[in-house]
Amino acid sequence: MSVLTETTVALSSDPTTDPNASQLLEVSMGPQHPSTHGVFRMDVALDGEQVVKLKPVFGYLHRNHEKIAESQNYLGCMPYTDRLDYICSITNNWAYALAVETLAGIKVPERAEYLRVITGELTRLQNHASLIGFLMQDMGTSGTPLMYAFREREKILDLFEALTGARMMCNYMRFGGCRVDAPAGWLQQTQKVIDAFPKFLDEFESLLRTNEILMARTQGVGRVSRELAINAGLTGPMARASGVNYDLRKVDSYGIYDRFSFRVPLGEFGDVYDRYMIRLLEMRESVEILKQAMRDIPSGPIMDPGTKIRGFRPKAGEAYGRIEAPKGELGFYLISDGTGNPYRFRVRPPSLINLTVLEDMCLGRNVADIVIILGSVDIVLGEVDR
Amino acid sequence: MDEQLKSELSRQGVVATSLQELYNWGRKSSLWPLNFGLACCAIEMIATTMARYDLARFGAEVFRPSPRQADLMIVAGTVTKKMAPQVVRLYNQMPEPKYVISMGACAISGGPFKQGYNVLKGIDRYIPVDVYIPGCPPRPEALIDAFLLLQKKIDEQYLTGPNRPRHLNADMPSEFVVPEFGEHDLEPTQNRDVWKVPLVNISIAGKNESGSD
Repeated sequence: MSVLTETTVALSSDPTTDPNASQLLEVSMGPQHPSTHGVFRMDVALDGEQVVKLKPVFGYLHRNHEKIAESQNYLGCMPYTDRLDYICSITNNWAYALAVETLAGIKVPERAEYLRVITGELTRLQNHASLIGFLMQDMGTSGTPLMYAFREREKILDLFEALTGARMMCNYMRFGGCRVDAPAGWLQQTQKVIDAFPKFLDEFESLLRTNEILMARTQGVGRVSRELAINAGLTGPMARASGVNYDLRKVDSYGIYDRFSFRVPLGEFGDVYDRYMIRLLEMRESVEILKQAMRDIPSGPIMDPGTKIRGFRPKAGEAYGRIEAPKGELGFYLISDGTGNPYRFRVRPPSLINLTVLEDMCLGRNVADIVIILGSVDIVLGEVDR
Repeated sequence: MDEQLKSELSRQGVVATSLQELYNWGRKSSLWPLNFGLACCAIEMIATTMARYDLARFGAEVFRPSPRQADLMIVAGTVTKKMAPQVVRLYNQMPEPKYVISMGACAISGGPFKQGYNVLKGIDRYIPVDVYIPGCPPRPEALIDAFLLLQKKIDEQYLTGPNRPRHLNADMPSEFVVPEFGEHDLEPTQNRDVWKVPLVNISIAGKNESGSD
């Protein structure tokens, strides 16, 4: 149905009296649009340049993950989680592994916990780096920041490839540990990448932090108030940019996050600029966590020897595992009926729930602002549509 | 022209060519892909255009957001049944000559999601595909390889004669049926002119006629 038929907004001028009055115009942005970050459609009703109604249309990438998982065994679901949020596959693996571990009461060995933190934080680095690259691309920078971001991303993908054999779909975690141990020299190589990363951040900040166009386009645009952020259930950088101090690494201290000292950056205004800066600051904190983890990583086994990976049948019950994924709270809710397949497999996707405030952010703004507001939410359609 | 004579002439600084070679060379060296990502493979497609892999070396870095300006569609990712009509419509909107690279397992056959209810089992059911690259997702090197294969294919096309390509043959279609949402599935479920049901030779184990496996 057209958004125009559902729209009952007063126009800026009355068309019956004013001959120059504008009419509402419906624009369908997407699903093929260069800056919708995938196949996402927004039906927008416009009064001149201004947005008076915005209706997101989902489902162009609905790949029925949840239904497929019900016919897979617990191990077989792991590769599917890679493809949910395809930019950061390792954190998806982690959330799913955590859910199964909660369900079956599995303990994870020390070294595996450290490897999880290292790979998880590297994932956060490459996700945030590419996100700010894409955001700049949406703003019209025609390539340069995105190239810088992808240059760094490739270095991290090389590490993933050396560790897991795949650049993007890592399939690295198992319930009870990790799939493979770090190969010889991997930790040294990782140390080099981590040590060089702040240089990239400095370079990026000096390039863009006080850029006049960036500030004009982002400051005060797409504001989300603290109350709205809490009421809409926003998590991750979106919530923290609005000043909500909620980071599952601090709140839940899942894994071994209570051992590291790091700060949670918080925004003040909740606009696009804050969300951009939060990601830059979070990358610096991730580098700190990585340095501590690299210093403390012990030797030892990487898999819990008591866990049976194949033919795994947990007792009947329910479990929810959640982690602080780069985009927010990623949770897996599993119901087991005692057989080898999950009875119900439910994903709590952070980017879908962060996207629910899209209309509130866009109302009254220009069309060009929609693009950067959407870019600052950091969505991945594989996760939104599942 | 004799190949030996041609290479001898080029050593002397004389370039001899035919109109066909010149035409094909021009087309293959400036392929403009459509800026169109569907899923995971799109990230690898972007990585291919970035500094490390640098697709610009092969003349294909100009990604156009409009299908009217593009001559190559990279179907990068899972095509769902909701998206399939849009993909075919975009292909129909592209001007001839146009080519399709089917990137990744999902675009080829549905990939890991083939058993699902909402995933199209290969985009080649609706539009003709020139190059398939397997992988989940294919590495950037694989996409570059697909480009080279496509360039080779363009290079070998004839301008005249019965084997000339579709865009030079007025009798061949340049637009294909756009599927619509039917009661249960897309209608039609496949375009029979483009896609034939693959013939599978089923032989029962131990009863192979040739005697060898």
